[in-house]
Amino acid sequence: MEKWYLMTAVVLLGLTVRWTVSLNSYSGAGKPPMFGDYEAQRHWQEITFNLPIKQWYFNSSDNNLQYWGLDYPPLTAYHSLLCAYVAQFINPDWIALHSSRGYESQAHKLFMRATVLIADLLIYIPAVVLHCCCLKEISTKKKIANALCILLYPGLILIDYGHFQIMYNSVSLGLALWGVLGVSCDWDLLGSLAFCLAVNYKQMELYHSLPFFCFLLGKCFKKGLKGKGFVLFVKLAGTVVASFTLCWLPFFTERAQALQVLRRLFPVDRGLFEDKVANIWCSVSVFLKIKDILPHHVQIIVSFCLTLLSLLPACVKLTLQPSPKGFRFTLVSCALSFFLFSFQVHEKSILLVSLPVCLVLSEIPFMSTWFLLVSTFSMLPLLLKDDLLMPSVVTTMAFFIACATSFSIFEKTSEEELRLKSFSVSVRKHLPRFTFLPRIIQHLFIISVITMVLLTLMTVTLDPPQKLPDLFSVLISTELTSANPPLLLRKTGPELTSVPIFLYFICGTPTTAWCAKRCHVRTQDSNWQTPGRQSRTYT
Amino acid sequence: MRIKWVECAALSVMAALSVMTGGGSWFLALALGVTLLKCLLIPTYHSTDFEVHRNWLAITHSLPISQWYYEATSEWTLDYPPFFAWFEYALSHVAKYFDQEMLNVHNLNYSSSRTLLFQRFSVIFTDALFVYAVHECCKCVDGKKACKELTEKPKFILSVLLLWNFGLLIVDHIHFQYNGFLFGLMLLSIARLFQKRHMEGAFLFAVLLHFKHIYLYVAPAYGIYLLRSYCFTANKPDGSIRWNSFSFVRLISLGLTVFLVSALSLGPFLALNQLPQVFSRLFPFKRGLCHAYWAPNFWAVYNALDKVLSVIGLQLKLLDPKKIPKASMTSGLVQQFQHTVLPSVTPLVTLICTLIAILPSIFCLWFKPQGPRGFLRCLILCALSSFMFGWHVHEKAILLAILPMSLLSVGKAGDASIFLILSTTGHYSLFPLLFTAPGKKNLFLIGWKLSTSLAWALWKSSVNLYSLSPPGS
Repeated sequence: MEKWYLMTAVVLLGLTVRWTVSLNSYSGAGKPPMFGDYEAQRHWQEITFNLPIKQWYFNSSDNNLQYWGLDYPPLTAYHSLLCAYVAQFINPDWIALHSSRGYESQAHKLFMRATVLIADLLIYIPAVVLHCCCLKEISTKKKIANALCILLYPGLILIDYGHFQIMYNSVSLGLALWGVLGVSCDWDLLGSLAFCLAVNYKQMELYHSLPFFCFLLGKCFKKGLKGKGFVLFVKLAGTVVASFTLCWLPFFTERAQALQVLRRLFPVDRGLFEDKVANIWCSVSVFLKIKDILPHHVQIIVSFCLTLLSLLPACVKLTLQPSPKGFRFTLVSCALSFFLFSFQVHEKSILLVSLPVCLVLSEIPFMSTWFLLVSTFSMLPLLLKDDLLMPSVVTTMAFFIACATSFSIFEKTSEEELRLKSFSVSVRKHLPRFTFLPRIIQHLFIISVITMVLLTLMTVTLDPPQKLPDLFSVLISTELTSANPPLLLRKTGPELTSVPIFLYFICGTPTTAWCAKRCHVRTQDSNWQTPGRQSRTYT
Repeated sequence: MRIKWVECAALSVMAALSVMTGGGSWFLALALGVTLLKCLLIPTYHSTDFEVHRNWLAITHSLPISQWYYEATSEWTLDYPPFFAWFEYALSHVAKYFDQEMLNVHNLNYSSSRTLLFQRFSVIFTDALFVYAVHECCKCVDGKKACKELTEKPKFILSVLLLWNFGLLIVDHIHFQYNGFLFGLMLLSIARLFQKRHMEGAFLFAVLLHFKHIYLYVAPAYGIYLLRSYCFTANKPDGSIRWNSFSFVRLISLGLTVFLVSALSLGPFLALNQLPQVFSRLFPFKRGLCHAYWAPNFWAVYNALDKVLSVIGLQLKLLDPKKIPKASMTSGLVQQFQHTVLPSVTPLVTLICTLIAILPSIFCLWFKPQGPRGFLRCLILCALSSFMFGWHVHEKAILLAILPMSLLSVGKAGDASIFLILSTTGHYSLFPLLFTAPGKKNLFLIGWKLSTSLAWALWKSSVNLYSLSPPGS
């Protein structure tokens, strides 16, 4: 593309921001005995380097699973092993068995930060650049602006470089993005291979698996089940099986091995939710203590059913009418459904929703920007624990400025541009005066931004009242609720432990609704009219 | 808690401004963007200059004026002109709300987190003057060609080159100095001269000289230009000087401005009979030909040559080992030095070399004035010549040439290519300022590549843009 130098400047700017954020402290810095996610990552390098594969997921005298046991799929373990080889070359003390627990030094911090940056540079950033280059019907300048906004998304930067999340999120998200790119550009086998690698890197990528499945299934149906479609289906199945086998090969020797790994990956014993996450279960538990009412296996069934129900419409639509645009919107919708209704969801899982939202940034800039800002804000309690106030506020503002100037979001809030036209038209059939939807949305946006700022200020400067120690975390999750905070305060009592509320419910339900509506709009895809002619363009 | 209030206040102001940029003003977006980057650079490495400025805050706050240039508890004595001392005094009144301890002269190397925050924020805050100056400079840049593409507008290119100038970011926000607002003053005075507001330009430059006397490097350009193009009100048709158009009034008013500013600055010290002490602090010729880390100028090459020749001489037994002085140029210490093979260099020699180097451009400015652009060219040449041949030059002085050069580079393609070379090598020479913490080296590399690619990008656009334009003034 022309203006490659501007794209280079954008990438370098993204790298600069990442590196400056990494100069701050990390999770668990100087906090024995358990330290934090940073220590977990170092510990995995120690385990994978010093112990044979058979012992990686098992409890033994050398491998105490209570102290940051490995609970991600094998590809993470292989990546840790690779990093361990490099660490061994530089300074073996960093990964010496047992004696390196809690090792903290400037050089080691530099090494760990460097591994994240290199992984990012090799996997995530090229995927983002390629995605922006392949966008159709927008000018080069807009493509570059799009890349800038995606690369400046604060959530991923703060978690990977500030907090130092237990896994290199950029790797799994990057691989998933390569999968999206491959599948959208008709390189189905490569795309599905990339996505399988992503799932094998981090099991939470399963949030994205259903849209992939439905889209590829839809493509097979389109080509005809008796001819090329069937061939494609077999090839895809083969690719998936092969990639899984390759990753899990060392663990297939014994049944106990594979089962133990699965047990570590999916800890269903843990319960419906933990900590303060802004999803449905925690919200409902304010009024109705679900954890106490329903027995454990019923909880699992209920959450499974609700998740399935919420994502079914979009997936069915995608299977019947596959298109890259519909695919991206379905990714958003499914990931959000999983986040809201699924089992044992972590705060950081919002990143899995944010990635697809970044992909639709060019199509609904206003809503996407709003969502991405709120998603970063929701991680604030986590970031404040690591003294990351300054970087988080600064990166959020930078992201907002980038989006505001690139997309002129405040000017593009008509019904047509918010993609809510069909929704408002159908409402207007019953309520003819319903013309003020854009204005409502604009006002809501301003209110939510003001609330976010106020809550940040309050959390940082004031101490919460003694009766309500988690007041501010509560309010942060509440910021979009229509219920008044005073009402909430009256309902909550001294036993208040964790009360995240309808943040994403309010944000998420309209999103799900409009995505579903969006998929119902006919996507006239000229590429699909001539079977056999594979066009490598992106719609 | 107080820190958090300040942080929050500063960030709220920026948040408000960022909402305003939703309106699409690219200049504000650029300025805010670079300010946010500066905030991210707060926890980076800072050099001894941090302690220097803390010490000066302490000196100006706790001691009376008569002691300012005599105080020597710390090794970092006050060696900037009085206006800067007054500036530190003003800052100290804000500093006392952050951390009273930093204002104690005896608290050497005191750097609590509040001190760090205050100092870093003060640099970021005073950069507002620099942003204003860039805004004024953009007005002086021609926007004749109707460019629809934002990235090809000269104003946009200039704003990026100046606001995001990488060398300034490194020196001010990592290494720690207050160059931002000083360069703001210089650019503002240049902009005023472009706008034909000569008196204001002269006044601003006089003020600037009394903030930091390094700007004496470019004083000849100002002096000659103002004399030639302001005091002589008209030219003959062929451009040469018309002696009878000399305006005494203008000369007197210029002289009066400079005199008043100097009086304001040095007056108190004249009254206290401390002028010799002040001058000895300002111009420490005992320091040696080269700084601890050699600035890449002519004398560095000279020293290297001397070293090479002495080694060769020793090998070939032409020199007597006992006669070679012990002090080594490369030991990293600042001191007097005697050359072994080549003749030694005294301050007078460097002055003569500098003057010889400046002379051609001064002649051009006098005999064939080309308006403000010619003045700017002369200024850059003066800065470069002084950098090349000056006594005890810091490598930071290259910024004195790079920043004004940005103004020229958006005018002509030829200037843009020179600018690319100058900025790349100049910024590269700032490497030793970050010699410690390895993490910062990577940051530097990335940032340097960023700025280089930016400069390259903008050069390419400007080449496309100006390839059809005639070589203008």
